[in-house]
Amino acid sequence: MNRAELKVLAEFDYELGQVEKGYTGRTLYVNVSDNTIESRPVTPEMKEIFVGGKGFGLWRLWHGVTSDTKWNDPENEIVISSGPLGGTTTYPGSGKSLVVSISPTTHSVMDSNVGGHFGPLLKFAGWDAIELQGKAQNDVIVYVDGMQGKVFIYEAPEGTADTHELAERMVELFADSEAEKVGISSVTAGSGAEHALIGCLNFSLYDERRQGIRVKQAGRGGIGTVFRDKKIKALVVKYLGVKGNSNHPADKSRIDRVGIKMHKEIHDNDPVQCRMRHRGTSYLVQIMSDYDLLPTHNFKYGGHPEARRINGDVWEARFRQGLPDGCWYGCTLSCSHTVEGYTVRTGPYKGRVVRVDGPEYETIAGVGSNCGIFDPETILEINFYCDTYGLDTISFGTLTAFVMECYEAGILDQEKTGGLDLRFGNGDAAIELLHQIARGEGFGRIAGQGIRRMKQIFVEEYGADPQFLQDIGMEAKGLEYSEYVSKESLAQQGGYGLANKGPQHDEAWLIFMDMVNNQLPTFADKAEALHYFPMWRTWFGLCGLCKLPWNDIIPEDNALTEEPAKVPEHVQNYVEYFVGVTGRQDVKRGEDLVRMSEAVYNFQRVFNLRLGFGTRQHDAIPYRSMGPVTAEEYESRAERYDQQLRELVGFDPTGKSTAEKLAALREYRQAQYERLMDAVYERRGWTANGVPTLETLRRLRIDFPEVVAVVQQHL
Amino acid sequence: MKILKTYPDRCIGCLVCEAVCSETYFQKPDAAKSAIRILEDDTGAADYRILVCQQLGDCIAVCPAMAIRRLKSGVVTINKKKCVGCYACVGFCPIQAMFTHPDEIVPFKCIACGKCAEQCPTEALEIVEVE
Ligand code: SF4
Ligand code: SF4
Repeated sequence: MNRAELKVLAEFDYELGQVEKGYTGRTLYVNVSDNTIESRPVTPEMKEIFVGGKGFGLWRLWHGVTSDTKWNDPENEIVISSGPLGGTTTYPGSGKSLVVSISPTTHSVMDSNVGGHFGPLLKFAGWDAIELQGKAQNDVIVYVDGMQGKVFIYEAPEGTADTHELAERMVELFADSEAEKVGISSVTAGSGAEHALIGCLNFSLYDERRQGIRVKQAGRGGIGTVFRDKKIKALVVKYLGVKGNSNHPADKSRIDRVGIKMHKEIHDNDPVQCRMRHRGTSYLVQIMSDYDLLPTHNFKYGGHPEARRINGDVWEARFRQGLPDGCWYGCTLSCSHTVEGYTVRTGPYKGRVVRVDGPEYETIAGVGSNCGIFDPETILEINFYCDTYGLDTISFGTLTAFVMECYEAGILDQEKTGGLDLRFGNGDAAIELLHQIARGEGFGRIAGQGIRRMKQIFVEEYGADPQFLQDIGMEAKGLEYSEYVSKESLAQQGGYGLANKGPQHDEAWLIFMDMVNNQLPTFADKAEALHYFPMWRTWFGLCGLCKLPWNDIIPEDNALTEEPAKVPEHVQNYVEYFVGVTGRQDVKRGEDLVRMSEAVYNFQRVFNLRLGFGTRQHDAIPYRSMGPVTAEEYESRAERYDQQLRELVGFDPTGKSTAEKLAALREYRQAQYERLMDAVYERRGWTANGVPTLETLRRLRIDFPEVVAVVQQHL
Repeated sequence: MKILKTYPDRCIGCLVCEAVCSETYFQKPDAAKSAIRILEDDTGAADYRILVCQQLGDCIAVCPAMAIRRLKSGVVTINKKKCVGCYACVGFCPIQAMFTHPDEIVPFKCIACGKCAEQCPTEALEIVEVE
């Protein structure tokens, strides 16, 4: 089939325009229910307060939905936006897209930061963001032609929604020549996202050297499920002609100076630091295992001797080496590696030889160690299928680990799982579970709902102990945990529990500062870190940036600076870079960047409130993330826990049963978490119930009447 | 392959090469637009250090746009149309011989044309064939 044969449902013409200082000044609205397409202006206020990226997404979403909107209502939106710095080629890590929507698993606001070429190409095609609303009758393709200045809604052709085929097909369909292929990027989900709530989106890029596509995932919180619920099969953009000045920056030389410095720093230091260029984030596996932080057997333990079978050395040998594996042009940190020539061994694509994008650390830890699986082949099989089915590898890994623990604890048995022997370490059973989730069949239909719903079903239908499930089910706010053991770091417990969207580490990763280096000894220190770092990390998502070039590569003398954890030199780079693009006069120091995030962060908190969440009770976390739940867990690290009881709790463990010791430790740790919440709320300018005060809203200039109205109901 | 070989001990720092290079490729003599640079030698081995591309080609693999290639002659060149201006090649050049200028969005480097060698009064530059 070629493009001319596609049935056009709607067509819209627009002026191509020009990007000015990082902005096009307008966003694209597409409603697939009634096929409306329109251009909406970006106001100066939006740029000033919401900056771009996630900020724009939240602002548009806020106006698109009401306090009653459910994830599968037509008015729910998916908004995708890069950000003012997005699409810059000179500074590493500058091609991200930020996706927001109301999530099917948390029922509140979700955001996800993803690579691939879509966001930047969309901007150069003329749009700071795309806002998708409505629900089509039949599958559609939304196509933005940034060369002609046209937007189309097409009836989607028959064929699979699975990404490894569909995204290649989109390139064939929309590129008019071989040379045009690099100008195509698509967003797709997959058949699994049609049947499970943990659907993800795949953002493609065409890789000239590999002569095929690579995909990056907007994984968290089920936005792929929303996408397929809207019957959008693919979203495609075309733009050719990316240049070093495509963003029309205010002062390019300022960006060039810090950009070239970063390339050189990566060239010199990456080989002796993380080796991201060779092994991507997989370098983390061994470190996490060595520090007792690698989730193993549903977060019971923090490491395993077998971890060496899935560590960075193993993946370095599997990844194709020597290619510029950025997820956008100019990312010399180049962590987006692939395993080429993998022969699929199960399921509908059995026997096919495919490219596997990744695995990244989160996938290796989630579907690997956390499920007791230390076999690279199984990890690759699951990685491939999760991506092509449009399912989040993190949620899949964490929920499968939960299911495995339930199975070993006798809550589930083969009768309930339809014959799946879901013991820890049974990779074949995990793969079969994945296929069932994708088809919405058998036990997979239940598992694909995520941990929060499984807990309810297991209690109601299988008579499981609700407290035990609450303790071991590693979800908060309805989102499955990402893959770090936070038991020994109170600050990280807060990093997870207090995160706006749910327990994802992109807001805060404080384990080394807190636990290993003991740099956050007091509650005030922890609260300060849980203020600064989430705000700082939020900033990347406002601008269209990747967080990794901030601290997965550091200047040689970083350790000698006053606050090495902040990587001060890089913060200053970002100030230069931001001002270089936007020309904003009010930005001079790192704190000015953090203040931008604070506004958006608090706005997101209020958005949670508006949808019925966002208070203290919703920041509760499962006890497994705070301490040992079971006797075997306690006894595996008895010396550590006994010592803590003695020294911190004032409880003499001598002669006490494990149950007594567990109870004493638990009481202490839970109280610590409560105190942490108090301290953080205060630092953030929130009430004791976790609600931003009016004073905070005013200070951040987000005291819009409709925002104040939401907050007032909680004061 | 063809490279511009340098003899720093012969260099007198007259900067004719910089002027010729920029004149040839940017139509005006401007040291900041030259693909060859005469620097003071801080090692003490000679008075000057001559910085110019040796056609090593490390930049070819780092270019995300496949804009850099080696010609049959061995010379490494940038396809301006394909370049996306990321400057990865600049930061990754092991001898720092890939240059940028605020007026230009594409970096530039020596393509061993030999124009500078022709004008050098002390024969400190020479086009040679190497393996
Ligand atoms: S560091 Fe990795 S994820 Fe981040 S922009 Fe670069 S390639 Fe993409
Ligand atoms: S600046 Fe141009 S030639 Fe150099 S690596 Fe980037 S795209 Fe390639």
